[in-house]
Amino acid sequence: MSISNQLKNQHLLWRAAFGPMTENVNELPGVSQKELYKILEKTSAKKPDELNVASGTFDGLMKGLQDLGQMQKLTQDQKKQLRKQSVDDIKNLNLSWLAEMINSEAQLREKMSLFWHGHFACRVVNIYFQQQLLNVIRQNALGNFGDLLREVSKSPAMLSFLNNQQNRKQHPNENFAREVMELFTMGRGNYTETDIREAARAYTGWGFNVKGEFVNRPFVHDTGSKTFLGKTGNFDGDDIIDIILEQKTTARFITAKIYKHFVNEDVDEQKVEHLAEKFYRDNYNLQKLMNAIFLSDWFYEEKNIGTRIKSPVELIVGVRRLIPMQLQKPEAQLLFQRVLGQVLFYPPNVAGWPEGKNWIDSSALMFRMRLAQILTNAEAFLIKPKDDDDTMMGMEGVDKNPKANQLQTNVDWGSVIKVFDKTSRENLSQKVNDIVLQTTNSVNASVLKRYVDNTSREGFIKSTIIELMSTPEYQLC
Amino acid sequence: MLFKRKEFLQIGSLASASLMMPKFLKAFEKKAAVPPGNKVMVVLQFSGGNDGLNTVIPFRNDIYYKSRPKLGIQKEQALQLTDEAGLNPALPFFKDLFDEGSLGIMNNVGYPNPDHSHFRSMDIWQSASDSNQYVTTGWLGRYLDAQCDGCGKPTQALEIDDVLSLALKGENLKGLALQDPKKLFSSSNERYFKEINASHDHEEAAVDYLYKTLSETLSSADYIYEQSRRHPSSQTYPSTQLGKNLKTICSLILSDINTKVYYVSLGSFDTHVNQENQQKRLFTELNDAISAFVKDLKSNNRFEDVTVMTFSEFGRRVAQNASGGTDHGTANNMFFIGGGLKQKGLLNPMCDLNDLNEGDLKYTVDFKSVYATMLHNWLAADDEKILGKKYEIMNFV
Repeated sequence: MSISNQLKNQHLLWRAAFGPMTENVNELPGVSQKELYKILEKTSAKKPDELNVASGTFDGLMKGLQDLGQMQKLTQDQKKQLRKQSVDDIKNLNLSWLAEMINSEAQLREKMSLFWHGHFACRVVNIYFQQQLLNVIRQNALGNFGDLLREVSKSPAMLSFLNNQQNRKQHPNENFAREVMELFTMGRGNYTETDIREAARAYTGWGFNVKGEFVNRPFVHDTGSKTFLGKTGNFDGDDIIDIILEQKTTARFITAKIYKHFVNEDVDEQKVEHLAEKFYRDNYNLQKLMNAIFLSDWFYEEKNIGTRIKSPVELIVGVRRLIPMQLQKPEAQLLFQRVLGQVLFYPPNVAGWPEGKNWIDSSALMFRMRLAQILTNAEAFLIKPKDDDDTMMGMEGVDKNPKANQLQTNVDWGSVIKVFDKTSRENLSQKVNDIVLQTTNSVNASVLKRYVDNTSREGFIKSTIIELMSTPEYQLC
Repeated sequence: MLFKRKEFLQIGSLASASLMMPKFLKAFEKKAAVPPGNKVMVVLQFSGGNDGLNTVIPFRNDIYYKSRPKLGIQKEQALQLTDEAGLNPALPFFKDLFDEGSLGIMNNVGYPNPDHSHFRSMDIWQSASDSNQYVTTGWLGRYLDAQCDGCGKPTQALEIDDVLSLALKGENLKGLALQDPKKLFSSSNERYFKEINASHDHEEAAVDYLYKTLSETLSSADYIYEQSRRHPSSQTYPSTQLGKNLKTICSLILSDINTKVYYVSLGSFDTHVNQENQQKRLFTELNDAISAFVKDLKSNNRFEDVTVMTFSEFGRRVAQNASGGTDHGTANNMFFIGGGLKQKGLLNPMCDLNDLNEGDLKYTVDFKSVYATMLHNWLAADDEKILGKKYEIMNFV
């Protein structure tokens, strides 16, 4: 079957961005993939503005604390207050970043950032740390992988999450060294337990202060000689990162993960090998790697289109890009993330979110198929996930008053309808289908016909979009 | 014409017919109605880290009282089980179960290199992994994978909740989460979903996987709802969330459904402050719900076929903190409730408060060994395949 130019462009937009948006959907048939990608590259070129949501309250609580020792002296109540404020601020960080994904021009950058957010998975309830790590990721998302790795490794968030603050000469803690190699760079089987122990010794002393700044504490650093991946010397943490980056296996590990995420879960070994060689030669330049993928012909092959299960965040953002809306209760999106299994800043563990089929179980699928209806007020949501002690997200569940469970979104249907101004009545159905779904086959047309609103042109367009979004097909991109 | 006999007998025993029947006949009748060998496991998760030391109280231990001058439960208040152990006073029904031989208590259960974070430790318990391993499937999900190859409906493991826990997610098969059968039925009963499902043709693997899940969900929703209505429980349950959930579970156990595992949670036990009241409130909810559940099972002669197993992601520190609470700890006790226990009472020695690791208990029983026992002895499953390793099988079931 031949793949239309529009479908190819939408494919690019779903993978390198968060899906097509109302405002430019009509321009998609007329540009080439190359042109479209150049726009994506350009709009993501400039460094992003930092997200800063830490509230005055949190600042106030932290002010006056000169060092971490003083943090221990806070009363239980003060600590509790600090933690609660942090949890609240992280919710704001979540929603602010989500808004960037929906509205920002820098789609490729935000999309890559979401990938790195899962790769460098970190779960600490401290708004300063989380905010700083997110900004490091967003700034380096398309830069040099070595820089990104180094900055993440020196972020208080990761050092705290992986216990490197406790990694001292006398009492080494291997957690940080182990995960850097196993999950962030090389993957299992490319180093020994001895390498982990030696690297842990080199990382002794890396820590942070109460202001959330990286500090190297020479008095707890092990200055002895270490042997790591065949090299011997008086290494410190930076040397270890240099040696890890010298390994071709690091380039291969990262390239394979990027291929799986952006192209296809089924890895084409030859292509990955080729890309990894180039990535290594280009000194880990991420922009060049992504260019090589998105400007290739094979990226647009049929087997790569419409076969990836959207992550919950991609799903939520995707609906909101095609249907512009204002949420009266934006915090409901946190609940959606919870129910669907992907709450930003709360990955299940340091390995990040398992993707693909792992997103899908009965209850998650049923909720996914109702999401568009819930977002556009067609339906109330009556759902209450279990208490979660770690996150204490504090989100109230079902309200007794059914009205309260409606989102009361202001949907800008006018802009959506406008997209179809020049489409004749008999082509409407097909055009909606082409915009909404990426799969080769659609839902049975005669079934669809029975459920759409035929009373007006507007009603027809709205209901067709919602019905198509309420299908298994829409879960794919 | 096929007459479904088992159903006929059960209905007969419940309704007016029972009034006219001589007593011995009624007993006989009920017995015959039990599907033989249909063993069921109910996993009850105490979320947040329940304080095991104030659950099963070592009232003869001085260290216990020294470490908990304010929180320690005095001997006179504890419900005495043996000459060294007492139960939290909010659990009188558990004391009854203990006395009649329907309660087993496994002390000091944990795992090597314990993690003090809620989510990580829960991850470890639910996936049954080592503490330095990241596994994306749960132990009950892998039970489904091993046991249920070719099963028609994914109803072998049900979680009574809106969201499915990792514990029930397998590589190929996943359990099903439902808050109640009626809600699942009405939410999946939209004609639109049914029709797009019915009209779906075979396509690429990814779409097919989603349609397979959809199709199983729709048919399971019908099946569960239908089964749950067949045997509406006549027992009164407390109107708490756990009471409602156990009622749902019991109505399904009494039906013909093929479910082997039920999963339900109670929480939050994260008692950093004001522990006494919070634990008391949760234990009262637990006590009353379990009481109704056991009575219901007994009056239907199914108590021998059910084992309830409780666990929490960790216990709490031995010493109390400054806010009338306790902080995250390590090893903990587990309850086993059922009419089919082979060993009852205290199943192993109490924890040793003399031998602590930085203020935390040192575990003596690996929880994976408990899982292996339940899988092997109770569910007749291949524990080694499911847990990836051979663990010691114990004898309590």
